[in-house]
Order: sequence, then structure tokens, then C-alpha cells
Amino acid sequence: MAEATGILIIGDLIEGQLGSTSKELLAAGRQIASDLSEPVSIALLSSSTEIAGSQAIESGADIVYLVNNPQLASYHVDLHLAALKALVDEVSPRIILMGRTAEGRELAPRLAFRLGVGLAQDCLEVSLDASKQTLLANRPVYGGSAVAVVSCEQTPQIAAIRPKAYEPLDSDASRSGETISFPVELDSSIAKTKVTNVVKEESEGVKLEDARIVIAGGRGLGGPEPFSELQSLADILGAGVGASRAAVDSGWVPYSYQVGLTGKTITPEIYITVAISGASQHMAGCSGSKVIVAINKDSEANIFKDAKYGVVGDWETILPAFTETVRELTQD
Amino acid sequence: MPIKIGVLAKQVIDPDMPTAAFSIDPAVKEVTVPTTIPPVVNGFDENAVEAALQIKDSQEATVTVISSGPSFALDVMKKPLSMGADELVLIQDDGFKNTIDSFFTARLLSAAIEKLGGFDLIICGRQASDWDNAQVPLGVAELLGVACISLGRKVEVTSSSVIVEKIIPDGYEVVEADLPALVTVSNELGQPRYPTLRGIMAATRKKPTIWAAGDLGLDAASLEPRLKLHDLFVPERDQMCEIIEGENDADSARLLALKLREAKLI
Repeated sequence: MAEATGILIIGDLIEGQLGSTSKELLAAGRQIASDLSEPVSIALLSSSTEIAGSQAIESGADIVYLVNNPQLASYHVDLHLAALKALVDEVSPRIILMGRTAEGRELAPRLAFRLGVGLAQDCLEVSLDASKQTLLANRPVYGGSAVAVVSCEQTPQIAAIRPKAYEPLDSDASRSGETISFPVELDSSIAKTKVTNVVKEESEGVKLEDARIVIAGGRGLGGPEPFSELQSLADILGAGVGASRAAVDSGWVPYSYQVGLTGKTITPEIYITVAISGASQHMAGCSGSKVIVAINKDSEANIFKDAKYGVVGDWETILPAFTETVRELTQD
Repeated sequence: MPIKIGVLAKQVIDPDMPTAAFSIDPAVKEVTVPTTIPPVVNGFDENAVEAALQIKDSQEATVTVISSGPSFALDVMKKPLSMGADELVLIQDDGFKNTIDSFFTARLLSAAIEKLGGFDLIICGRQASDWDNAQVPLGVAELLGVACISLGRKVEVTSSSVIVEKIIPDGYEVVEADLPALVTVSNELGQPRYPTLRGIMAATRKKPTIWAAGDLGLDAASLEPRLKLHDLFVPERDQMCEIIEGENDADSARLLALKLREAKLI
């Protein structure tokens, strides 16, 4: 059996182009590769992906595996899993890096179990230990209150990395790499689930993940009506509106507003929180914000440990006055 | 034929406990909790119990709750029974210390499911609020070789299939699978029902089945760990918050806006 070697990244494609997850993972892979002296390869699952292949090389890949089968054109976890298993069995990587994206949430654990190995889940940072053989992964646990450093005991060592934990490298057209075609046979009957309908429910307004400014409301708002005040402020600033889990569980706003560990992960320039206590599960979704501003009546609230600016007081008075001043300032 | 539903549940440290009470014993790499703060059933697992009971509300079904861990507080773990579940099976084993290793848990739970004769439908919470691994349910599906649908906000069954509204980033998909199947659910399913007085009284009369790993034909020590825990720590936060104070709340608000403008943030 071939000795396990190299870092294999499970890439993503968005309309035939290399996805941002792939670029982030390539950045992580390149960091480890410099210590490991082994190649970084990426698997792209689809049909025709030649453009994405060269994009992957420019973004840091030494080897691109074009995993091809017509049935891989659209995503189905059972088919993707079978294709990846075939590739991993053939390539025998030492380390596999995957994105903890919506698809990765299903794909990574199932791939690990299918290979009979462990998975370091939702990692913020990966590095090699002193022996240069073992991948150490830092991952938040207890809703983000603590960090665990873990490693996988078997090979391949798999880590699922949190989106936006790594910055993509600058694209370098002078990089060279190898592209390998890897066709796979797939029996369509292995797909055990079937999608019979897709319902898009995206709310109007600025998309949370893309917004430069996000205003979010929490349990302390007491009901749905104050969210229209947040929306007015958001309209002035061109901001998105989010919410804590307490607010969505109470039915005040749709679940698409939820920012947090099991909601959206956002990285705005400014995150303005109104009546959010700042529990670690919430902060897990917004700690990547450049600046956090907190309005909360409890001076001991957790949010003030993560905020750069804060006002301690009642949002019912603070929010209108803040909105009015912002309106005046931004009018000129 | 009543549909046989299994629900996987975990006992966890209360995630709503005050931050100040949360600390880690570095010698054993474990979280220490004051004895005044009792453990709870993992929140997402209560959503799973709710999903099972919603099915039982509309058709003949039995709901068996299964859990594994090093130790249990029976009054806590009986809550699903108080909500309306029929049976409770606990796999308790001291040899099972490395709880961050999803593989162990998935192997124990899969073995228990097989010993119980399998289920038409297995419902699980998406992740446990302690390790946040979100792996065990998917691992159980892999080990049992059943269809797997994750992040359901609505779960319905027919005599031969399960139909799930699966949450996707900008909405939901309707996904179907033949039974047997495993489904994970999230808080979008809705608030779990409160135990009724009748349910609580019925639960006190029920005795859980308690097994050790050996009862499942497994030796906890021989299950090779998949994950090693090197360190567990509370990260330092060095953010200094500038609290803006004016003459009153409205004044503070104005000063805050001016401060953000000055910092070229707005």
C-alpha cells in the first residue's frame, strides 16, 4: 500500500469557476505544505472544469484532480461521497482539508466515517506538530466558550475548516502545476435521497454575508416590532439586518436572520448589536467582524468583552437617538 | 403497524450557564461545572424528540430515546419521556471517557440500535452543545447504511418514506428517502413541547434500560480512538471596549454616532 503523502483539498465550483472555499483551503494547504514538503492537490468534482483547474493552480495547487462523471454536474452527497472515496483510495493523501460549508457539513463527517478515520470539525486554524507528521487543529467548542486542540489518529487526517478562517492567497499566474483527469464510475442507485422541490426564501434587502455593515437585534428587544426600527437604521446605512437565535426562536424574525454558530457566519466591517447579550454561540457567527458596537442595558453583558464601542442603557431611547444622528451625519 | 422511531439524545452541561461559572481543569482537560448547575438534555435533541412526537401525534408510532455517555442524571434524561416518548435506553460506560471522539459514540449508538432491532426512522439533533462536532448522527447513518437527511425543519413520514424540509442557505429543499432513514433536525423545527403533568407522572413510573458497552458486544478500550485531545482552554480576549457615556441615554447615543463617524466607520 502506498504511503500516505500530500495534502488533498476538496474544492468547490461555482458555475464552473473555482469557488472561494477552494481558495481559502488552498491558502491553508500552502501554509502546511511549507513545513511538510509535500504537494498540495485539489479535487474538483464535476464534468468540464478546465478553467477552474488553472484557477486552482494560480491559487496555490500543485496538482488538480478533475474528478469527472456526468452525474457530478449537480451536487448530491451520496454521489460526491462515492467519487471522493474512489479518489482518496487512489491518491492516499496524508491530510485532507474540506470546507465546513453547507455541503461540507454533510460531506466531511460522512467521508471520515466511510474511510474509518476521525474528523477535526469546524477548525479555525491548522498546523503541523513538531514531528511534522501530525496535523493539529484548533476548533471552538462549548458554543465557542473554549478552544480544543485536536489531532486525528489515523490517516488520512481530515479537517473541516470554518469558512473565512483563511484568506485566499493572491492569484499567481506564474505558478505551474499538473492537471490530472480522474473519471469515476457512479451507480445512480447509490443516491438514497431525492430532492422533489426547492423553495427560495431569501429575504429582501442586503445579503448578510456580503454586507459591510450589519445591525442585529436580540432577546432584549422584546418582540418583532423593534426590528422595523433596526431596518430603518439599516436603510440609512445600506446595512443588512440580523438577529440572535433567541429572536428567531421567538418567531420575531425569519430564521434567515440568525447569526451564530448554527446560523450565519458574517464578517462585516461593523457589527452593531442592539439588546444582544453576546453569548458565545452568537459570537461564533460574528467574531470575524472588524468592529463590534454594542448597545445593551447590562454593563456585565458578555458582548462588551468583544465590542470596541459600547453604550450601556435602554435601547428604546438609544436606538432612535442614534438613528437620528446617523441620518443627519450621512445626509451631507 | 406503528412506525418505530428512535431518537438519539445526549446529556450535556447546560449551555445557558453563566459565563463566569465556566472553567476548565487543565490537568484533565475537562470543563468543571458547579454542582448547583444541573446538566440538561442537548437542546437540538429536544427538537428531535419534538419531531418524533409530532409524528406520533398524527399516526401510530413508538418513540424510543437512546443516549450514551460516561454517566447520567436520570431526572434529566427522563425529560423526553415526560414530553411523551415511550422508552429510554441509556448506554453508560466508564471506559467511554474520550467524549470528543464521535466515532466511539456512533459505534455505541449503532450497536444499541441494532440490538433494539433497528428503527424505521431515527431522528437526531444536528449537534451537541458541548463538543459541537455535528458528526455522530451522520456517522450512525454511515455505520447503519441508511439514508441520511440533515438539517430538517419539518419531518413527515408515509408508510415507506420520510419527507423532510431541509434547510439550505437561502430557503429549504423538500427531500425524500425510503425508510429506514436517519434525519437530523435544527431549532428551525420549532419550540419543543413542555412536559405535561401527566407525562411527568408517567415518566416517573418508567424504568430506563441501562446497558454497558459489554452488553453491546463492544469493549470500550478496544475501540481505537479516532481523535486525540491535546489541549482545552478558554481563549483570552483582549478587546478593550470604549464605553461611550453622555449626560443621558439619548446623549450617549448621539456621541456614539459621532464617534463612529470620526473613526470613519459610517
